[in-house]
Amino acid sequence: MAKAINIKDLSVVFGKTKQRQAAIDMLDSGKTAQEIREATGATVAVKNVDFDVEEGELFVIVGLSGSGKSSFIRTLNLLNRPATGSIEVDGKDLMDMTKDELRQYRRNDVSMVFQHFGLLSHRTVIGNVEYPLEVQGVDKKERRERSMEAIKMVGLDGWENHMPNQLSGGMRQRVGLARALTNDPEILLMDEPYSALDPLIRREMQNELLKLDDEMDRTIIFITHDMNEAFRMGDRIALMKDAEVVQLGTPEEFFEKPANQYVKDFIADVDKTRILKVRNIMNKPSFVAKKGMAVKETLEKLKALDMKFVYVTDEKHKFLGYVTLEQLKKSQAKTIDKLVNPDDTSIYRNLYIKDAWEKLNEAEFDLPVVDGKGRLRGILDYETVVEVLAQ
Amino acid sequence: MFKLLNVFLTFPDDLTIDIAGPIDTFIDWLGDTFRVFLDGFVVFFTFLLDAVQNFLFFVPWWVYIVLLFIAVYKLYRLSTAFVLSTLLLFIMLLGFWDGTVYTLTIILVSVLISFVIGLPTGILMAKAPTAEKILKPVLDMMQTLPSFVYLIPALMLFNTFGRVPAVVATFIYAVPPLIRLTYLGIKNVDESIVEAGESFGSTSMQMLYKIQLPQALSTIAAGVNQTTMMAVAMVVITSLIGARGVGRDVLRAVQQLNVGDGFAAGFAIVFLAIILDRLLQGIAQKLDMTAQGDEL
Repeated sequence: MAKAINIKDLSVVFGKTKQRQAAIDMLDSGKTAQEIREATGATVAVKNVDFDVEEGELFVIVGLSGSGKSSFIRTLNLLNRPATGSIEVDGKDLMDMTKDELRQYRRNDVSMVFQHFGLLSHRTVIGNVEYPLEVQGVDKKERRERSMEAIKMVGLDGWENHMPNQLSGGMRQRVGLARALTNDPEILLMDEPYSALDPLIRREMQNELLKLDDEMDRTIIFITHDMNEAFRMGDRIALMKDAEVVQLGTPEEFFEKPANQYVKDFIADVDKTRILKVRNIMNKPSFVAKKGMAVKETLEKLKALDMKFVYVTDEKHKFLGYVTLEQLKKSQAKTIDKLVNPDDTSIYRNLYIKDAWEKLNEAEFDLPVVDGKGRLRGILDYETVVEVLAQ
Repeated sequence: MFKLLNVFLTFPDDLTIDIAGPIDTFIDWLGDTFRVFLDGFVVFFTFLLDAVQNFLFFVPWWVYIVLLFIAVYKLYRLSTAFVLSTLLLFIMLLGFWDGTVYTLTIILVSVLISFVIGLPTGILMAKAPTAEKILKPVLDMMQTLPSFVYLIPALMLFNTFGRVPAVVATFIYAVPPLIRLTYLGIKNVDESIVEAGESFGSTSMQMLYKIQLPQALSTIAAGVNQTTMMAVAMVVITSLIGARGVGRDVLRAVQQLNVGDGFAAGFAIVFLAIILDRLLQGIAQKLDMTAQGDEL
């Protein structure tokens, strides 16, 4: 099961011992991080942060550089030790953990993907991916198997024996992701994972992560400085400025009621159509044929509903293709199984409308919408999209 | 009145202090107190030196040339292998092969001890800030003190001439770069790699063996190279306390003003230095995993 994280009154302060203590004493005085720094010389990187991350949530923290977002995420596996506050993971406070408990927590429950990848340059791809299992003492055969699974998951099979510096940036970050997935953590921390990648690769990686997230059951904390990325990825978003959280909410809430002028300015550049996903505007199909259905029954249903074709799924709702009215009329077969035409126009439900637009433009029919496991979830029609875009 | 003025012109003799006396006493005290231990040390080192020397003499001369050729060819290319093997052959042609074996024995044993002691010391320095604070000035001193100075306590302590004090003096002179580069290699491991290791719950030992040492390997190899070169530099100096080898040939030539002999022996040392340096540099480069391949 994924785990929930409860953060209470968390602050991170950097500086020499004396100055640091002075700054800690001032945290609750109502002064801003900058005022405290000017008064004491110590840097308050995170100040009185307070929120909960739900189980299985993809939680994005966005902010400009120096806003404290990186300092914050690094407290979640105690790479940074907070000055005050508590971080509870499933009810257990990280700050109370012994060295040994902390090591077990890092080995089993949490893993991190780094902005600059942090790959071990002296090890091959698989050597990197198996590292988390190796430190746990998993035997070689098992860890090779599990590592290969993770490598396949990120689409790097065939590259496992290459050295990291033989790979492109995007591939290196895939190695970083695979490595973070091998120990099957419940919490995945991603510290600006795609910031060092060029825009095209970044988009591709974002979509892959969304797809992976759809298939997995994990709590993901994702850091970025790119508002568009934040809106593309996040179930909920926290916007940080000067060590504090300015606003926290769903992407829609950010647009409906921005907390202040800073938030308004920050989201001014964001393309609205990019935050609406296909799943937000798709329709439920009026009729879906199941595999094994009789031709006669299907034909009648189509005629009654005035449909020219129908999508077909198996018993588990997995999308198989479509059958047209013409086919059904001509057919002598008993069931529709042999008539099903394969269909490659299906779109993923977490796609943004902008991305689905091109495919929709080429299509003759409404597009079938599927989830990460290929199950039919709805249909997307041209008129609805045009309507949304016109708003 | 006149005397008072004099104080300002020359440093007054009665203000000088004597540290030579206490140092003598200290070395004497060390020698007396640890006599049994030091004698055991001499026996052990003599055994080690004999073992290495006998082995080196046991292997026929041409095997060295063949092995060097193959090794250098693997590390570099055919032409380099050819040049270095010719240099080795030249040492033999000049009639210095036996002397070179004596010299090489001292170098190998000194470097071996330097490695056994220097590597853990470098690691300790990188991991413990207190050790770092203490060892840094000690290393500076070890390297700046004229190398002749080490000969005397080495002689006094071990109460013997020849190879054993030569190895000890060579070790003291040659070990600092190995310690320093081990320390630097570990300290300079990319922060993000160390953090990644930490974030997956590595123990301190796993961090050392699986991340820091492999990452520092090429720097450590460069340290071994430097240590070896410094050991070569001690060859002539240790001949002053009776160490056999090419160094002694140089020394004798200088004492007898034999310019020709002096240069011949000198060339033998230079050739040996070149061969060792190329060999170790090639290995260091092979070990540098971070420099392999190009980005796609």
